[in-house]
Amino acid sequence: MALPAIEEIKAKIEAAIPGASVTVIQNGSPSAQHSLLLDHAHAPAVAKFLRDHAELRLDYCTLVTGVDWPDTETSEKIKVKKLVKAADGTESEQEVDEVRKTKVPGYLEAVYHLFSMEKKHGPVVIRLRTANRTDDTHVPSLTPIWRGAEFQEREAFDLYGIVFDGHPDLRRILMWEGFKDFPMRKDYVPPPDEIPDVAAQAAGQESHA
Amino acid sequence: MPDDLKDLKIELSKNGIFTTTLEEIYNWGRKNSVWPLTFGLACCAIEMIATTMARYDLARFGAEVFRPSPRQADLIIVSGTVTKKMAPQVVRLYNQMPEPKYVIAMGACAISGGPFRDGYNVLKGIDRYIPVDVHIPGCPPRPEALIHAFMTLQKKIDEQALAGSSRPRHLQKDLPSEFPVPEFGEHGLEPPQNDLVFHDAPGNPLKVIQ
Repeated sequence: MALPAIEEIKAKIEAAIPGASVTVIQNGSPSAQHSLLLDHAHAPAVAKFLRDHAELRLDYCTLVTGVDWPDTETSEKIKVKKLVKAADGTESEQEVDEVRKTKVPGYLEAVYHLFSMEKKHGPVVIRLRTANRTDDTHVPSLTPIWRGAEFQEREAFDLYGIVFDGHPDLRRILMWEGFKDFPMRKDYVPPPDEIPDVAAQAAGQESHA
Repeated sequence: MPDDLKDLKIELSKNGIFTTTLEEIYNWGRKNSVWPLTFGLACCAIEMIATTMARYDLARFGAEVFRPSPRQADLIIVSGTVTKKMAPQVVRLYNQMPEPKYVIAMGACAISGGPFRDGYNVLKGIDRYIPVDVHIPGCPPRPEALIHAFMTLQKKIDEQALAGSSRPRHLQKDLPSEFPVPEFGEHGLEPPQNDLVFHDAPGNPLKVIQ
């Protein structure tokens, strides 16, 4: 049986769970694999609904992925009226181009791909986003719904620093206890002393300063 | 051995008299019974296993006895990617081997980190922590390359002097036979390398490759 369209799934969720905010994230590529962005408060309920709904039966979570969206800066040119001093000393009001920069804060994202073993359909992609990349990196864990997500959520916690609230055993899984960095984040830099040429370069810069 | 003695030895052997030196017979015995440690890390280990099998037959060189304990091994073949999590165990295994002991770093990963050099989780060459006798490039090196490395090691063992200032590390009392095991730090392994073995200072007795 074919999977309902993503808007239909969204409508089903919103009808079944009052107050749940579901946003469809469009995928412009030829795959057109659109996804559903869930809010934190209702995410476990929505996940349970997707798993247990008679028509959907998304009983199999194949993968959990972390995504790092760094802070971005957009700049736009706007025209501003300004007092401009001419060469002869007279001031006049003129339109001047000014570049205004706006910082868009980044966030971390956990992406779940859901399939149905029973109905032989999928995937349905759902996303959870953290508030930012620094001090509030919490999302609700979906391990209570799909047990198979346990190790993959641990991996996303290990490498991206996404904290899954409600996870039964949230520890680092690949790196050791006591490791402080999150190596899969875009702004991760390995320790410079490991690569001799980089270390030498850094030493050279210091001596110039 | 001085040249005139060598000539004499050849002359005697032509007349059916076999002469040797303690050094020669000792090294001859050692180089033909190098027992490696049963130890593999990644895909290179598959090539190492193939080398010991019938087609390539490492037994021809007296090295077919892979010992499951470091206490009985003479050689550790670091065959494959050394992750930062595995590096302390590799150094510990090396430390547990009795002298004289030798190291072959097999493959691009073991000698430098290879294709994973820019990764956060891979040690950039095992020669940061233990002295390596023979490096083999390749990804993975073919069994012939491992055999060549093995023969290079045999030649090296054969040339080791028992006395004098050029004698190897295990015959010099003041040189270490164990090396510090790195620890897991907050950003990587602590220390990132053992300067005693890693740095290419001239005349460093622990830097095996000159």
